[in-house]
Amino acid sequence: MINIEIDGIKIQTENGATVIEAAHLAGIAIPHFCYHKKLSIAANCRMCLVQVEKAPKPLPACATPVAEGMKVFTHSEQAVKAQKGVMEFLLVNHPLDCPICDQGGECMLQDMSVGYGGGNSRYHEEKRVVLGKDLGPLVSAEEMSRCINCTRCVRFLQEVAGQMELGQAFRGEHAEVMSFVSGTINSELSGNVIDLCPVGALTSKPFRYKARSWELSRRRSVSAHDSLGSGLAVHTKNNRVLRVLPIENEAINECWLSDKDRFAYEGLNSSERLTKPMIKKDGQWQEVPWQVALEFAANGMRHLANGAGAEQIGALATANSTLEELYLLQKMMRGIGSDNVDFRLRQSDFSTDGKQQGAPWLGMSIADVGQADRLLIVGSFLRKDHPVLAARIRRAVRKGAQANIIHSADDDLLMPLANKAIVAPDAIVETLAQIAKAVAAKQTDGIAGSLSSGQRVVVLLGNFAQQHPQAAQIQALAQQIAAATNGKFGFLGEAANSVGGYLAQATPSAKGLNAASMLAAPRKAYLLLNVEAELDCANPQQAIAAMQAADLVIALSAYKHHATEYADVLLPIAPYLETSGTFVSCEGRVQSFKGAVKPQGEARPAWKVLRVLGNLLKVEGFEFDSSEAVRDEAIGGMDIAAKLNNASPATAQSAIPTPQSSGLQRVSDVPIYATDAVVRRSAPLQATADAALPQVWLHSDELKKLGVQAGETVNVSQGQGSVKLLAAADDKLPKGVVRVATGHAATAALGAMFGTISVERA
Amino acid sequence: MLSQQIITLIDKELKKYPADQRQSAVMAALRFVQDEKGWIAPDDMSDIAEYLGMPQMAVFEVATFYHMYNLKPMGQYTLTVCTNLSCQLCGSGDTLEHLHKRLGIGLGEVTANGKYGIREGECMGACVDAPMFSINNKQLCGRLTNEKIDQILAELDKQ
Repeated sequence: MINIEIDGIKIQTENGATVIEAAHLAGIAIPHFCYHKKLSIAANCRMCLVQVEKAPKPLPACATPVAEGMKVFTHSEQAVKAQKGVMEFLLVNHPLDCPICDQGGECMLQDMSVGYGGGNSRYHEEKRVVLGKDLGPLVSAEEMSRCINCTRCVRFLQEVAGQMELGQAFRGEHAEVMSFVSGTINSELSGNVIDLCPVGALTSKPFRYKARSWELSRRRSVSAHDSLGSGLAVHTKNNRVLRVLPIENEAINECWLSDKDRFAYEGLNSSERLTKPMIKKDGQWQEVPWQVALEFAANGMRHLANGAGAEQIGALATANSTLEELYLLQKMMRGIGSDNVDFRLRQSDFSTDGKQQGAPWLGMSIADVGQADRLLIVGSFLRKDHPVLAARIRRAVRKGAQANIIHSADDDLLMPLANKAIVAPDAIVETLAQIAKAVAAKQTDGIAGSLSSGQRVVVLLGNFAQQHPQAAQIQALAQQIAAATNGKFGFLGEAANSVGGYLAQATPSAKGLNAASMLAAPRKAYLLLNVEAELDCANPQQAIAAMQAADLVIALSAYKHHATEYADVLLPIAPYLETSGTFVSCEGRVQSFKGAVKPQGEARPAWKVLRVLGNLLKVEGFEFDSSEAVRDEAIGGMDIAAKLNNASPATAQSAIPTPQSSGLQRVSDVPIYATDAVVRRSAPLQATADAALPQVWLHSDELKKLGVQAGETVNVSQGQGSVKLLAAADDKLPKGVVRVATGHAATAALGAMFGTISVERA
Repeated sequence: MLSQQIITLIDKELKKYPADQRQSAVMAALRFVQDEKGWIAPDDMSDIAEYLGMPQMAVFEVATFYHMYNLKPMGQYTLTVCTNLSCQLCGSGDTLEHLHKRLGIGLGEVTANGKYGIREGECMGACVDAPMFSINNKQLCGRLTNEKIDQILAELDKQ
């Protein structure tokens, strides 16, 4: 520890800290623009100049390391003169038209110029003009003349997002921040540069000119998309969500937010919103009062339960539903005598059901992931599935951790990987088994060697591994590897409530049917909560067939989607940000939130709809007057940590099938902006490169074998369905594999996410 | 695509640096491309970025930072006329005027046949020979008079 003095206050700080860090610890503000605690030091704005005793001239606080006995003056005559001088230079080329700037009112430069700027400018010559850039549908760089070249955006994309998509080109007075040959920025974390930009150069394109910061009400919420549980500051005006910013929490999302979390709110105002209850009468959809629709649904269910039997009713929900919704759904289903309820719609291997000791979870805190020195990531489109967690892992790797990956696609994770095994889906189990053996045999190279040499080993199963038809074996082997290396093991949950669903008991017990069996053995009636059957299920073909064959489909949905073709009654529910509820994140953190805005039209929070349905069905114990009451009944007094357990009986070693190679195998990802109903309807997200129409990716040798050129249209078929898509070459894919996305309307006619698939010339 | 000749030159350059610091060769690589093609197109920058394993934007930053890289075609012979103080005092204005008269182009322009281009340059560190220009950044021509310029252009015309 080192003793220094800032403005007469004595401070103890760590050796190696900078003056600005020490000052912030002591609560002393030093004006700055380019400094950011999460980014490397650039020291190029010079705003943080301070006087240091015995130093001949002012020093930048952000780049000056503390030294024993150092005396710093942040507001002395010399320091303030330097700061005012810098401010005058910064304003030389900065437009002085705050009233028409979108950043006005929340601008660091504006605030700082109040403290350090002159009353009027001494500069009367021409200001430099920098042309606006088009950086894509999310970030507006319309007014680059406002840029003060602090390079925060450049450093963020390079250091945190992992890809240098922006840079500072040209020199001196001509220097400007731009992308390479006018490209867009395609990072899944790009929205953070809007928060980082201290001026109005980079602003939010969807939010541009919508409101002033002081007109907005702020509500806390939690992200409903990936399983991280990022904190959201929801800014609303006139009962509309106008933007979403991160709530800083070092233990969860630090100060970042993925673009999905940031811009998904635009989907709330989609023209596809379902705002009135509707019933299909004689093949025609009619808007009806709530009472009529609810009674129709309840009567239908009661009729079936009394006739064909309650086990003929199945309830499916997405893992983005709140804990309260899932709890009431299963309570109602069990109340009428059906045990068919599930939220794991994309899962295909349910063999651990009943054996699993608790709810599968991350197995550690999110912070632990960042502390790991050896990682094994199995079956994960990490960057797209968990963008902010990927950034945390990227930082760990930057600090010396080794990341290893076993997967069926080799997407660039924008971090150096120690080892990778890219194999076809049916070879993943075999590959893991070999690594488990190699770890046991104390092998010193490859993935086994990397893991064995670590102190803090982390083994993570991604979405792909959990959706895999042999997920149970993958889990057992991965667990075995983690145990053999004294490491931690966990699941990267697919959605916001992947853990919460288990706590809400929204899974079938022994006598009930799971999501896959409910569709494989079609039920006479289905209750869908937030589900788009053809997009959210492991096998869209099967799901749609089951829906079409059913006598009664009750869809609780925020949108008028494809359900209009198979449902009998549509009940408008409030999507996230319009409802209160609770999500349990992958690390088991329980986070409740209130609705940020009122539901649109006649839409109602789903927990209220389910409560009334429960009452109409005369199920006992449905007298809830708030979502908090539901939560308290569901998990109140529950020892959450005790409920989270990844352990499952090790059955893996016994039955490892040899890889089969009959025809081409499908590898499917859920594209980052196709994961749930709200995201699918967010116009700005749908305009990004990540939301492009899915293509059929094959190794170029496979393309040659098929006699197909990349860019040609091909017929892709699976089961009874086929779709026409463009073929594309990806030589990083294993041979014998076809990568086709799921969760997208263009591929909804296809079958299961795994299994054989055929491709032919169209 | 980078030509085999450029790749050979870059490989030779890379030997000067540690194996994990390939981007150290970026300035040389840009120079080789310019020597061969007369200018550096964005595609060339992408190729260099790929070959050296660095971000395209980082190559672009370097290429735009240094004045002597041509970011657009500047003719077979780029005449870079020094316009700094010494040359200016010794008549670089006359040099430019004479070039304009002879070639019909001004600063930043290229003749229609693509043979000559004129750029503005900074001090070449040889003020004793002012006024001066360089040919393709390789050959310095000093103590320029109209006659001497005509003579140089006649030489270049022949090549």
